[in-house]
Amino acid sequence: MITDRPVVLRMHDVTRIHGAGSTAVTAVDHVDLEVHAGELVAVMGRSGSGKSTLLNLAGGLDQPSRGAVVVEDQDLSTCTPGRLAELRRRHVGYVFQHGNLLPTLTASENVSLPLELDGVSVREARAAAVSILSEVLHPDVVDRYPDELSGGEQQRVAVARGLIGSRRLLLADEPTGALDEVTAEAVMRLLRDRCNDGAAALVVTHDAAQAAWADRVVRLRDGRIDTITGDAPTTPQPTDTLTAGLPR
Amino acid sequence: MSVKDGLLALLAGSPGYGYQLKTEFEDATGGAWTLNIGQVYTSLQRLERDGLVEEVDADEEGRRSYAVTAAGREHLAGWLAEPVPRSLEARDEVVMKILLAVVTPGHDPRTVIASQRDATMRVLQDQTRRKTQQPPPALAESIQLDRLILTCRAELDWLDLAEQRLDAVGNGHRADPVTDRPATTTTTTTTTSTTPLAPKGGTR
Repeated sequence: MITDRPVVLRMHDVTRIHGAGSTAVTAVDHVDLEVHAGELVAVMGRSGSGKSTLLNLAGGLDQPSRGAVVVEDQDLSTCTPGRLAELRRRHVGYVFQHGNLLPTLTASENVSLPLELDGVSVREARAAAVSILSEVLHPDVVDRYPDELSGGEQQRVAVARGLIGSRRLLLADEPTGALDEVTAEAVMRLLRDRCNDGAAALVVTHDAAQAAWADRVVRLRDGRIDTITGDAPTTPQPTDTLTAGLPR
Repeated sequence: MSVKDGLLALLAGSPGYGYQLKTEFEDATGGAWTLNIGQVYTSLQRLERDGLVEEVDADEEGRRSYAVTAAGREHLAGWLAEPVPRSLEARDEVVMKILLAVVTPGHDPRTVIASQRDATMRVLQDQTRRKTQQPPPALAESIQLDRLILTCRAELDWLDLAEQRLDAVGNGHRADPVTDRPATTTTTTTTTSTTPLAPKGGTR
């Protein structure tokens, strides 16, 4: 049960300029955004509005020209490359449009890999992977290779991999882009469930019907936040016990 | 459609009585249409008058039950097979607001779009939340819900496209309504709306 809502991702006055001089392009322009534990935030906007750059900045795959990106209370700009890699491995999961599972590993091996890279024993990592996969996938298919899984199953594996271990921040770029409506709904429902269980997700999508699963829908325009639909969770209120256990 | 068509569809399976038909109708239509029992009895009387249903022996509790006749089945088949003429409302109020904002000095149609987008997205979010209700929506409600959701999505896609078209002609609100070309000679400044329609809620 979520009793308070710590901020998992904080983007403070983030600007990202590609190139320099007369050819400089401001991809992300003075963005302030916080994503809390338990919150699903969708990012919409036209092509070139800065959605993917924002996601890359949030995950430390790209560095802001100005401003700060803070993940789990760690300012990414102060991290050494080694520390940044560790932070990403431990705390940030990615889901892409096509799952991006490693084709030579089974579903459960794909999910356990981040833990194994982090020094967890193979046996423990596999056990953790099977455990989280059991919530998202039929047990008969956890030892299949990605090409033996449907598109929807691959995305479910990717979500499980994204949230293995202590990972709490899930960054997803068009995670349902290649799926039919029913399968897309199942993946969004899974993301919603994981967020209800305490994960924080930032999901880029061009599809309003998928974005509507989010608590807040952020619309980017020319790299800036144009509008936000929906309300950020209020700061933790210890007195709010009446509704604390209710589904949101 | 009329209630009569719905009752015929329900009676095509097996005979039924008034209150039972009311409940079955509401379940079958995903709760989108609530009938009052008087409507059900009136419709049954008319169906009987037209020879589309006939009264059968009362059930053991003495309730008047009806069964569909051959003519009733034919009528029902005809109704189901007939496509519904799709009416496209060109005078939709949102379209009117956007188009008239284009020609109204001091108002930016994109503000109208932003405000409408926010409102429609909130409706879409509310409807999407219904998918997570317990117990989960039954088939009829799911199909109803899909329609509401995809209608909202279509409107949001259209609003995006409208905004893109306005951007393509320049400032949008300065476009000459006749030629679609941005006007260049007027001096009225409309970049700041005099009555900003800031989307409600969490808008920055």
